[in-house]
Amino acid sequence: KKQHKKNKKDDRGPPEKEKEKEKASVPAPSKPATQSPAHKGTAFAILHSLVFVSFLYFLLVVKRLPEHIQVDDPAALKKLAKKLERQQVPLRSDYGYKVSLFSHLHQYSRKNPPTQQISIPATVIHPSIVRLGLQYSQGIIAGSNARSVALLHAFKQVIRDYSTPPNEELSRDLVNKLSPYISFLSQCRPLSASMGNAIKYIKKEISNIPSQCKEEEAKRRLQECIDSYINEKIILASEAISKYAIEKISDGDVILVYGCSSLVNHILCEAFEKQRKFRVIVVDSRPRLEGKEALRRLVKKGIRCTYVLISALSYILPEVSKVFLGAHALLANGYVMSRVGTSQIALVAKAFNVPVLVCCETYKFCERVQTDSFVSNELDDPDDLIVTRNGKTHLENWQTVKSLGLLNLVYDVTPPDFVDLVITDLGMIPCTSVPVVLRVKNVDQ
Amino acid sequence: MMFCCESCCSFVLQVFGMELQAVLMAAGGGSRMMDLTYNTPKPLLPVGNRPLIWYPLNLLERVGFEEVIVITTKEVQKALSTDQRLKTDVKMRLDVVCIQEETDMGTADALRHIQQKIKTDILVVSCDLITDVALHEVVDLFRAHNATLSMLMSKVHEFTDTVPGQKGKKKAGEQRDFVGVDVTGKRLLFMANEADLEEGLVFRKSIMRKHPRMLIKTGLLDAHLYCLKRSVVDFLVHNKSVTSIRGELVPYLVRKQFSKFLNTKNATEDTEKNQKQQDAHHNLELLSTSKEEALLQLARERSCWNDHRGDMSEAYHGGKLRCYVHIMEEGMCYRVNTLAAYIEANRVVPKLFEDPPIHPTAVVTERSLVGSDSIIGPYCQISDKTSIKRSNVGTSSTIKEKVKITNSIIMNGVTIEEGCNIQGSVICNNAVIGRGADMKYCLVGSGQCIEPEAERTNEVIVGSDQLMEI
Repeated sequence: KKQHKKNKKDDRGPPEKEKEKEKASVPAPSKPATQSPAHKGTAFAILHSLVFVSFLYFLLVVKRLPEHIQVDDPAALKKLAKKLERQQVPLRSDYGYKVSLFSHLHQYSRKNPPTQQISIPATVIHPSIVRLGLQYSQGIIAGSNARSVALLHAFKQVIRDYSTPPNEELSRDLVNKLSPYISFLSQCRPLSASMGNAIKYIKKEISNIPSQCKEEEAKRRLQECIDSYINEKIILASEAISKYAIEKISDGDVILVYGCSSLVNHILCEAFEKQRKFRVIVVDSRPRLEGKEALRRLVKKGIRCTYVLISALSYILPEVSKVFLGAHALLANGYVMSRVGTSQIALVAKAFNVPVLVCCETYKFCERVQTDSFVSNELDDPDDLIVTRNGKTHLENWQTVKSLGLLNLVYDVTPPDFVDLVITDLGMIPCTSVPVVLRVKNVDQ
Repeated sequence: MMFCCESCCSFVLQVFGMELQAVLMAAGGGSRMMDLTYNTPKPLLPVGNRPLIWYPLNLLERVGFEEVIVITTKEVQKALSTDQRLKTDVKMRLDVVCIQEETDMGTADALRHIQQKIKTDILVVSCDLITDVALHEVVDLFRAHNATLSMLMSKVHEFTDTVPGQKGKKKAGEQRDFVGVDVTGKRLLFMANEADLEEGLVFRKSIMRKHPRMLIKTGLLDAHLYCLKRSVVDFLVHNKSVTSIRGELVPYLVRKQFSKFLNTKNATEDTEKNQKQQDAHHNLELLSTSKEEALLQLARERSCWNDHRGDMSEAYHGGKLRCYVHIMEEGMCYRVNTLAAYIEANRVVPKLFEDPPIHPTAVVTERSLVGSDSIIGPYCQISDKTSIKRSNVGTSSTIKEKVKITNSIIMNGVTIEEGCNIQGSVICNNAVIGRGADMKYCLVGSGQCIEPEAERTNEVIVGSDQLMEI
């Protein structure tokens, strides 16, 4: 809504400025003419200048809309195409009919990989970034933590192979070098919030390299920064979260998990090692069926598991004592962005009075604000929804049916009313304390 | 290597090591079509009026390679620097490595020979491959799965044209290849040639346990295009007994995917096996796992992806060595290593190019009839009342009056005197066909002369000194 208002303001802006200028010039000559109209004139002038100033302030404070949710705006698309052309990154075209509510998002097909137009061997884009992009688009690296770790690993290789050109400074040039890579990765798959935070961190570290630092020293320092970031924010954070979460797991618990969250799996495995007696119900949903992977990992550890699909949720909830959910990102207004289906689980659990605990590291906290799942989301390949049973594929020619659209959403947003506790590495906080954490983080940095 | 190219404020700095190096194997002899190759090396055989080696070079150039290592013989090296088509059309930098013809080097031996030049993963291409495959399909498998081997295969086309000198239905010597892939059709599980099998196909239980559903395909043509990891080259250096990539290395790698050695961290546990063999396996394992960093391992652990479902093992069953194959369903893929393939390629290839069918420097008189599906090379002379249908005429050939050529391949420097009738034949370089000769489905070898008024059908005419010694 805020952004919509801002757009409206944009439209009103330029004509407003002109009108304002006119009005400003009109009162001035009329001032010396008469006394009472002069008062009114100055009042008008002050009011208009106030509006103008507040408009400017508004412009400065509100961030611009990211391009990846403006796909239906031809101007934004043109701008993106120009930027990609300048960076020599190929533009990936959208695929298939998009449901009208989500036509502002990209929808790519796995059959058109982003590497179609890249030369072999990759020269403009570092080979490890090309490999990473391919792994993202094919889903080989999926999950917020995995994507961030893989991204930082690829950046380490980029830094290792980087050498400063003459007359350039590493602190500025390396950041410029990373921009086309990031554009390429976002063409392969839209960046996650955790990846965005990791990129911000790395860029900050690079620009903080003092100019008299030698190249080898600088590279070594950057590699160490990356290692310590991963160590602190991901590995140690998951240890800390496990410690807090295990306090919440008591013997005899029936824990419900959804999909495959690396953090929640880690917590459960740790709890099992610490001899807690509990059993797990894994809820899964199509088309990704990630729950099967979670089930495999838990059963391999020795935990007793039950596996259901999300349609059986209300049947199984009476048995459940706690719900543990993972998160893709935690938004600044306390909403939880996670795999599609999570908000359903939270909703039904609330109806059954089952406590919902969300586990999330602090590096996934994001300054974005969202109240619905429409504005910013990700559309996956619609062909994933097509299933072949008994040799028959009913949806094979879905593109020929004009009134049919296939929608494969990836994320949804859970309101904080349904979440009872968020377990982070800073402790166990209620959902509404997320902005506090963000503020503290910003102060630290 | 670093170069700056400023265009619209963007820098292209090749400061990182290259992703792939291309290696073109052009030293092979063409042993299955000796009639064509006894005088002309296989890479220089004209196909659609271009030397055969031009096609893989063009494929590599189109995809974006900027330099290629070419392993070949002295004769081909000379042609690469003098031949018009090769010098001007090919913009890439060719790093030519000569090997002596007599040494009879296998493809793996050749890789060992150039080991010093190889700094990254390699893409090995054979000089007789003509294809329009989207090469990124093969390379993407190599990149995305961090594979050790990624190769290209295609459905075999049946050759329908009559081949000169072929008596009766052929397929006596063709040995089938059995290729086993998993359900996705991408992972290569099994490869064996009929010649190596004694009674039947033998599968290891470990493969069946990990991949219970396997598709066995037989009608596939191996395009001899391989993406190999750098560690494989190092492995070849340590194991000098491997001579051929296709014959020995590829089946070995496919087998070793499921070998017990590569799944245990400590290969020295097995002390009963031959120490040398173990060292070789150990080498391959070490060389490929030293690159796997801890971070990559962490990313894989945290990722919720698995390549298979149904059992308790992690992605790729924890195996470090993986082989992938891309099977082309549609599109063109020919390996010009037999006479039938050569003829078929000549038929299909001219349709691909936008070059004018009649080269501007050729002299074609108005009263001659050149069909739209024929191509005439540079500096040819076609005289009056000549009819050329569905044929390729090479460089500097002279066709005199009243000649009828149908369905044939005329190579370079050939002279065909008046009144000849040539049908379904292959006339090699510098041959002379005498006046009034009638050749049907013949192969005239290089430099041969056919006497006037000769009538030959379904014959192979080569010089007596070039006949193969048995």
